Amino acid sequence: MGRVLLLQGNQAVVEGAIAAGVRFYGGYPITPSTEIAEGMAKRLPEVGGKFMQTEDELAGIGTVIGASMGGVKAMTATSGPGFSLKQEMIGLACSAEIPCVIVNVQRVGPATGQPTSPAQGDVMQARWGTHGDHWLIAVSPSSVPECFDLTRRAVALSETYRCPVILLMDEIVGHMRERIELPDSYEHLPVVKRKAPSVPPEEYMAYADTDGSKVPAMAAFGSGYRWHVSGLVHDETGFPKGTPAATKNSQDRLREKLAKNEEDIVKAERYRADDADVVVVAYGGAARTAYDAVDLARGAGIRAGLFRPITIWPFAERAIGELTQKAKCLLVHELNCGQYVREVERAVKGRVPVRLYAKYDNEPATPEQLLAEIRKAAEGIKEGRQ
Amino acid sequence: MKSMEELVNVYFRPGRLPHLWCPGCGNGVILGALLKAIDAEGLEKDNVAIISGIGCSSRASGYVDFNTANTLHGRALPISTGLKMARPDLNVITLSGDGDCSAIGGNHLIHAVRRNVGLTLVVFNNSIYGMTGGQYSPLTPIGSRATTAPYLTIEPSFDILALAQAAGATFTARATTYHVPVLVDVLRKGIRHDGFSIIEVVTGCPTNFGRQNKIGAPALMMEWQKDHAVPRAAWEKLDDEARRGKFPIGVLFERTDEKEYTKAYDEIIERAQAAKKEETA
Ligand SMILES: Cc1ncc(C[n+]2csc(CCOP(=O)(O)OP(=O)(O)O)c2C)c(N)n1
Repeated sequence: MGRVLLLQGNQAVVEGAIAAGVRFYGGYPITPSTEIAEGMAKRLPEVGGKFMQTEDELAGIGTVIGASMGGVKAMTATSGPGFSLKQEMIGLACSAEIPCVIVNVQRVGPATGQPTSPAQGDVMQARWGTHGDHWLIAVSPSSVPECFDLTRRAVALSETYRCPVILLMDEIVGHMRERIELPDSYEHLPVVKRKAPSVPPEEYMAYADTDGSKVPAMAAFGSGYRWHVSGLVHDETGFPKGTPAATKNSQDRLREKLAKNEEDIVKAERYRADDADVVVVAYGGAARTAYDAVDLARGAGIRAGLFRPITIWPFAERAIGELTQKAKCLLVHELNCGQYVREVERAVKGRVPVRLYAKYDNEPATPEQLLAEIRKAAEGIKEGRQ
Repeated sequence: MKSMEELVNVYFRPGRLPHLWCPGCGNGVILGALLKAIDAEGLEKDNVAIISGIGCSSRASGYVDFNTANTLHGRALPISTGLKMARPDLNVITLSGDGDCSAIGGNHLIHAVRRNVGLTLVVFNNSIYGMTGGQYSPLTPIGSRATTAPYLTIEPSFDILALAQAAGATFTARATTYHVPVLVDVLRKGIRHDGFSIIEVVTGCPTNFGRQNKIGAPALMMEWQKDHAVPRAAWEKLDDEARRGKFPIGVLFERTDEKEYTKAYDEIIERAQAAKKEETA
């Protein structure tokens, strides 16, 4: 049995979080993410969880990190200005390997920008927002049902890999309403738990790779395993150690823990892409235009398709590279002046032309507008132009 | 009460010494007093969390055998709050420098106080930014020299306990590293207090405050504490003239008429679940 509902993307995130076992939320309201805070304020105490409206975004993610150290799945949500404020703490969560989910419902930036208009200008910030080399995961939903699914997945990934996960949304997906089917109860849905120590407390080392997975087991504070959390470079004991070898080892493990598991982490959707000459690459809200544009192009005799990264970071380098075996041109469409396109170019390495349809006037593209760009790409192929 | 040597054996993490503090620094005295208080209160190591920010003082968390975290500059209180929300059963003790909690973390301080979250905040007030080498903090007395105030400071300093009281504190106390029995006593009372407690500890930084301000050797900084701190009971009897330049120590303010935050939150859970039941009935 299920329920058929008409929900906003932001509301579906709330349901996804509850279903995933999130039991703490700390955050500061900001458009266009506020419905997530409002929803969590209502839903969390119903299931015995806790919600806090903190004094600012730094405290929002701070309480989330603290709750996660206490063994509770925790999440925060924000938009551009607040996402900027959270960056230092995201780095702490990367370094100390504290699982947490940060939702960023993107709006037009920089600064206050346009609070109620869609943009995808934070896609590189999601990867490189905090200082220093670091590794994290970002996923981006394109529909309301996917908001529910990807929130659960974001929680599961953060618990599995002990790292912050960014749920990178945009105003389109956050505020649009769609039909969604949800189970009556979430009790039977699988919930991912972080790996617990398999050794007694006196042998526990909080950052030791005991099983070759590169992901150390994490004990909750108060569970009888006493350990030390630090944002200083540390060795496997968790205590600060700044030797060249300790510094490099720590960076290597943090990188490899995600790199080693890319098959599990990196997901994408391919729509009519197998035999396509022109493959549109688009994510999040911008990808919605692409389904229709691809269909229109096919109707007009152009072999077009869509590659939609669901995992934004780590980047789908191999899959994008493979696209070039068939495709004659990739057309990146994003709601910014062109950010992700550079990653695509890096993966394509000049094997086929990479074009950009950048839309940064605070409105999403129409299928017709994107179709016009697909046509240009197809003509370019015909004429051998790059 | 255990001797310091016994306390070190029981509560210090093996292999974590020597500490990074300079000779004559008061931070070790504060950490020692905290261990005495924890021991005297009979707290289990597993049930104690020590969360600190960034600074010389905040390094204390790494030396002792509890659930510990050395977090980010100014952010110890939000992280402590989140942990307390997740685990209200833990004794969460937050350690912070004067800069850590009154400058970069000042906003978090007033809100943690206002919410009355059940944390024990120990402010190591050495009147200076120690870790970064002697810049002035909001608690540096006006007219002091600092590396960023070569012509002396013109900013009035906070009385951090008055600030906390204005923000709605339910427990404030002060001690110095000279008055160790008072320090242990107020730490014990702060730990026992069911709500947010703030304990300011006046401590000396001979390297970065004393030297610049020509106060002299560590022992002279302790003498200064002895001469300027007045126990609360005696303080009450002093007139304004006699109080000038001095400060009271001991428990300065306490009230028990406000619910601790996580306990108050349980009422939200009850209300939400009752409303849900009604909705589905
Ligand atoms: C965001 C940020 N800004 C600045 C610093 C540099 N910094 C580290 S500790 C510190 C001041 C420490 O002074 P205080 O909090 O009084 O503690 P103390 O070292 O005196 O114990 C500063 C400015 C930092 N680590 N992070």
